[in-house]
Amino acid sequence: MAVSKIVGVETEFGIFVRGRTESNPIAASSILINAYVQELVRSGHAARAAPRVGWDFEDEMPHNDARGAAPAGAHPPEIETHLVNAVLTNGARYYVDHAHPECSTPECADAAEIVTWDRAAEEILRRSMVAARSLLAPDEEIVVHKNNSDGKGNSYGCHENYLLARSVPFGRIVRQITPFFISRQVFCGSGKVGTEAPGLTAADVPFQVSQRADFFEEEVGLETTLKRPIVNTRDEPHADAQKYRRLHVIIGDANMSEVATYLKVGTTAIVLAMIEDDELGLDLMPAAPIAALRAVSNDISMTVPIELANGSTITALGLQWEYHERARKYAEAHGLGCVGEDVGTDVLARWEDVLTRLETDPMSAASTVDWLAKYRLVDGYRERHGLGWDDGRLAAIGLQYHDLRADKCLALRAGLETIADPAAVERAVTDPPPSTRAYFRGRCLQKWPESIVAANWDSLVFDVGGDPLRRVPMLEPSRGTEEHVGTLIDECETAADLLDRLGS
Amino acid sequence: MAEREQKKKSAPPREEEVVDEVPATSESGEKIKAELDDLLDEIDDVLEQNAEDFVKSYIQKGGE
Repeated sequence: MAVSKIVGVETEFGIFVRGRTESNPIAASSILINAYVQELVRSGHAARAAPRVGWDFEDEMPHNDARGAAPAGAHPPEIETHLVNAVLTNGARYYVDHAHPECSTPECADAAEIVTWDRAAEEILRRSMVAARSLLAPDEEIVVHKNNSDGKGNSYGCHENYLLARSVPFGRIVRQITPFFISRQVFCGSGKVGTEAPGLTAADVPFQVSQRADFFEEEVGLETTLKRPIVNTRDEPHADAQKYRRLHVIIGDANMSEVATYLKVGTTAIVLAMIEDDELGLDLMPAAPIAALRAVSNDISMTVPIELANGSTITALGLQWEYHERARKYAEAHGLGCVGEDVGTDVLARWEDVLTRLETDPMSAASTVDWLAKYRLVDGYRERHGLGWDDGRLAAIGLQYHDLRADKCLALRAGLETIADPAAVERAVTDPPPSTRAYFRGRCLQKWPESIVAANWDSLVFDVGGDPLRRVPMLEPSRGTEEHVGTLIDECETAADLLDRLGS
Repeated sequence: MAEREQKKKSAPPREEEVVDEVPATSESGEKIKAELDDLLDEIDDVLEQNAEDFVKSYIQKGGE
């Protein structure tokens, strides 16, 4: 049986300073995050931010390649240790990455939790924008977009991370997940006005399914910032490396639709479980994966045939039906405990529903699929005003769909179905999910921020005075849950008590 | 694919579908159109002034 598909999502947000002609995005991102942390301190909720707790880079290994040795000429990612880095009491990491604010959700046990903590991340960014106003001139404002491209050839990511057994051969993952990644954009693409692919114009591609497809150039690789690959090989499990892999997925779009996030993560987790258990039994690799990825993105009719390596052809929806069919059988034979039984069952039903809608009446999916919701706005506006597809107002609508300011955000006005409980999202701004090691991290940061000097995904470092610093390893992502340690943390008065009880 | 069709056939009896869905579809179709009209009105109010300049000046650095 596949290991629990513990999952996290890292989102890099677009940022600019309104009211300045030239703005430094690194400085703006730092101001934004510091403003949020300072606001928590000022309002008497210092413990909720754990503001003095730094990120611990001790175990970061982004250069490790899942294929063993990286090919010559590969450009591994750099770690920037000097930039702002906060650990939040909900178990998230909130930091400056390159020239963007980035929020990584805490580790979640299923797709429903991801939706809640992803929405909480949006709320954190929204509050940060408000907090930053006091640090800027009166006519200035930091504005954040949850998107993946500036429309001018610059892209930034929304990465997913899934826990897998170390024993799964990486080659099998690549072969079996690639066709899924190429085709899943039909329900989790966020849509884009125009194209950023070299040599193409709005006349060729007025509107496309995905934000990201234009930026992918390789089938497999370690890079994330150039020559982006469909399957990323970063081998940094942030867990017991003998037991686990973490599949670092860089191909997805950031979603405004909660259902799109839910389906993106939920279906991918099920497909990875099938691959892990070697129950997929499919060979659907396209003959030319990059060309197929772009063809699917550029075809809003969803009818373009994809040529497979085995000589047959199939549409993106056809590929998705193949995966769905296998997933249904897999669920019957094995259950879906590894992705959460109830959530997995619901994901299967919603997956079937969205594919049926996309096949029979695509616009009926506009309340769940971002690219259709965006297309409805852009195309409706274009028709009403008789505009050409290259009109800047259409690109502005496409951009403003992702604006996180509530009074400007068009996605909030697009009639999208919501599935997260608003009260749960509010709690998730400060509280960790109960079902993974993020619970231990979050609760300790809430209760003993003054005793924790550093945190990262797989350890917490305590300073309880006198003794040397003490590192508590958390190499097992499914341990440290509320069930495991909730009572223990409740009962301990000090961090020293906790360490004694843990026997470390 | 065959199994999927089989599954559809095992859905509730056809008469029920006709009674329930036909009026609902046209009603919801009109409702959707009216909502879109309201939405497009609202876009004119909330869309950035000088949309074209706004789009031009929106430049990000690559990330990840």
